[in-house]
This record gives sequence, structure tokens and C-alpha cells, in this order.
Amino acid sequence: MDAAQHPSLKGAVLPRPSAMQRVFGSTLMSVLIYAAVMGLIVYGSYVGAQNMGYNWQWSRVPQFLYSFTDDGFQLGEMIIGLGLTLKLSATAFALATALGLLVALLRLSGLVIGSAVAIGFLEFVRNIPLLVLLYLFYYVLGPIFGLDRYTASVLTLAVFHSALISEILRAGINAVAIGQWEAAKSIGMSTGQTYRYIILPQSIRFMLPPMTGEVVHLVKSSAIVSVIAVAELTTIGRNIISDTFMSFEIWFTVALIYMAVTLILSVGVSFVERRYAVGQ
Amino acid sequence: MNDQKPMIEVRNLDKFYGSFHALKGINLTVHQGEKMVVCGPSGSGKSTLIRCFNGLEFHNSGTLIVDGVEVHENAKEIRAIRQEVGMVFQQFNLFPHLTVLENLMIGPMKVRRLSRADADDTARKYLDRVHIPEQADKYPSQLSGGQQQRVAIARSLCMESRIMLFDEPTSALDPEMINEVLDVMVELVDTGMTMVVVTHEMGFARKVADTMVFMEMGEIVEISPPEQFFTNPSSERCRLFLNQILEH
Repeated sequence: MDAAQHPSLKGAVLPRPSAMQRVFGSTLMSVLIYAAVMGLIVYGSYVGAQNMGYNWQWSRVPQFLYSFTDDGFQLGEMIIGLGLTLKLSATAFALATALGLLVALLRLSGLVIGSAVAIGFLEFVRNIPLLVLLYLFYYVLGPIFGLDRYTASVLTLAVFHSALISEILRAGINAVAIGQWEAAKSIGMSTGQTYRYIILPQSIRFMLPPMTGEVVHLVKSSAIVSVIAVAELTTIGRNIISDTFMSFEIWFTVALIYMAVTLILSVGVSFVERRYAVGQ
Repeated sequence: MNDQKPMIEVRNLDKFYGSFHALKGINLTVHQGEKMVVCGPSGSGKSTLIRCFNGLEFHNSGTLIVDGVEVHENAKEIRAIRQEVGMVFQQFNLFPHLTVLENLMIGPMKVRRLSRADADDTARKYLDRVHIPEQADKYPSQLSGGQQQRVAIARSLCMESRIMLFDEPTSALDPEMINEVLDVMVELVDTGMTMVVVTHEMGFARKVADTMVFMEMGEIVEISPPEQFFTNPSSERCRLFLNQILEH
């Protein structure tokens, strides 16, 4: 290679981005586009409701969030519903992670029976709709094992998400270099010790982003248990609407509450991620 | 050297990867305190052979006895064998989420069941031995390649194994770091450790080896003491290989 033929780019000034790129790449422009899109959506629904002759009654919404009575500050129905949504989601997520880890380890065990069971479970759960799974737990398994609504809901969500979580865990475990296994084995560690001290701590870094997505997904899919009338946020919202006929206000509020919860989760986890990144 | 007790005995060992015959009828004995250097072109089965010695690979037929215990796929004693056989890898394979000191302590604590204080003492002793006591609280990624490999050697030493295997320990290093690792290995030789080293560092081999082994195409072509190996090898293929790598 004759270097002299190619003029060195080292130290050369980078070409200035085109005017178009500069305008559309700027933060201000992004914010403006975002605001415009959001404004359009809100305006659209407002106009739509206007045309229906909808009577907006936002002032009646806060009483469902909180109220001040003679006994002092009271939480409203929707916040109590949110509490149950969070409890339901947290319990289901804990169960789903435990079950998911079991399925992932079975699949990775190298045992023929183990991976067959894991794949069978995975394909079964992944390929039926969440709603059908819920009916299965509540109307079929419920009476047999005496499951109440809440337990059936927790189990449905846990089983459904364990299948997805097991794939995340498996990918995270596989992402750890094979040399780590060999090094752990060569100092005499058992498979269990290798997972616990070497592999899992390293795979958390790979698992955190997709797991966050999974938690958010779970919180949102917990809304489906409203079909068997578990008194969580969506059910409460529906009940309030049937009492007050304020469909737009209540559904918007419900949506905002879900959004607030999932956004807080995402932001929280991104802090944790940063800490893990520094730890490496 | 042959009056010492055999530490590794290999008889008619065969290893296949699918239809690829990786090791063909290997016969070899490593005695206690012996330093054996294995060389040969890449793909000749050197690494596969020493990875069989601590059960990272399993042979398909023949016998392999390490420290008096027969090694095979279903051996219950496989973990006990691995504790007696340390291994240093080409790519170091340090645990990146643990500090240097924790890398050295985790084996003694979790496998040997030493107390934290004892494991700490052992770790610092061997970190001194590889001349980097000041790096104890850093993470592996903060060290140079040569330092990382020395930590890896110390990690194996912490298990107080009786045999040490080295799988091309200097091949992934920048040239200026090779000597710091080889120096540590030479010092280890003086402690009387049984060592099997896969390497192309012929200067090191000439200095420390009791036995030289040349492998090609999954076979042992030549086993001889270094004086004979470097001056008058009995096989033509070995002569050619040596000419190629000693030219420079």
C-alpha cells in the first residue's frame, strides 16, 4: 500500500452537516415535533368528543384520586385500584422470574428431558393468547384447585410472563463468554456455584434492559384481569364509568396513571443500569 | 526424572469432534515435578490434549489417569481433579465483575471452603509471587494484558494445585508483555510444580523443559529431552517446524 496516494484524513475538519440535517437534528426541533404530534392527538379527541356532543366534566375526576373529608386525607378509588395493580404485578413478576429462571436453567441443562419440558412449556404458553390463559386458570383450573380471582390472576400473569422472561434469562446467560465457564470449572466450581458467583452476576448487565421492558409489559397486561373483575385499576375505572358515564376523562386518567408508573420504572432501571456499567 | 511418581498417565487416548479425529492414540506420562512443553502447528491437538487433563474436554477412548484418579465424562471425582489441576488460558478468562483480589479469593472460599481471612492471606501471598500486590483492588479491565495473565496464574496458584496447565499463556499478549509472564512462569518452575505448557516460546522451553513434545495432526510425533529436541530431532516434520519458528 502506498500511503501517499491517499491524503490523510487525520486532523482534517469534518464536513459541516447540511442545513436540513442541522435543523431536524436539533433538540428544539425534536421537542416541537413531539409537541405538535401530542397536540394533534389531544385536539383530535377533543374535537371528536365535541362532535359527539360530549359533556366534559374534568372537575369530577379528582375525587376518584383523593379527597379531604372530616377524617382528613383519603385515597380515592383509583389510587386504591392502582395499589392492587402494583401488588398484583409485583407478585406476578417475582413468581414469573423464579419460574422463568427454572425454565431457562432446564433448557440450558443439556438434559434431553429437561429441555423438552422447557420447550414444551414455552411453546404452549407463548402461542396462546393471554386472555385464553386467564380463562383457563379462572374457569378451568380455578374450580379444581379452589383458586380465587386474585390468585388466578397472579398465576396467569406469572405463567405467561415466565415464558418470555425465561428467554431473556437464557439469552443473558448465553451472552457470558464460554471462557468464564471454563475458568470457573478449572478452579473446581460446581455448576450451581458457577451460575451463582460467576455467570448470573455478569448476565444481569445483559438482562436489565429487556427485563425492564418485560416489567412494563406485565404492568400493562395486568389490565386484562379486569375481565374477571379483580378490583385493580382498570376494573375500578370501568366501574366508575358505569356510574358516571365519564368515559373520556376516566380512561385518559387511567392511561396517564399507567404511563406514570411505567415511566418511573424505566427511569429507575436506567439508573441501576448505569451503576452496573460503572461496576464493570 | 522417571523415578518420580507419575502425575498424568495417558494411554491410547482418542478424541473425536464429530467425524474429526482430534487426538489419535496419544501415549504420554508426566511425572511429579516434571516440566513438559508441548508445541506444534495450530490445529495439531495440543490444547485439546491438555484440556482433557482437567476435564474441560473428554476423550472418547483410551485411559487418562490424573493424580491417581481415572478421568472420564461421568467421573464423580471430576471436581476434585480440577482442584488439583490448575489451568491458565490464552485469553486469561478473569472474572470481570470481581476485583483482582476477589478473583483470587473466590476459588479458595467457595471451593476449598477457606475463611475470608485465610483466603485473603492466600490471595495476597500469590499476588506478591506474581509481583503485582499493588493491583489488588482494581478490576481486571484496568490492567494490562501481561498483568491480567499474571493474575490468572495467581488465581490458579491460590487453589494450591499440584499440577499447572498453561494453554498458550503468552499468545494473546503484546510482545513487550510476554517476558513478565514468562519470568513468573520460570520462578514457578523453581518451586517444583508439575507443569505442562503449550507454547511457541522456544527460548522459555529450552530454559525450563525437562521433556519436549511435538504434536501434529492429533498425533505425538516426537517426545525427547530438550538437548536432543532442539539439536537433533528424530523426525523430519519436527525439524521443519523448528526451522520455521526459530528462523527469526
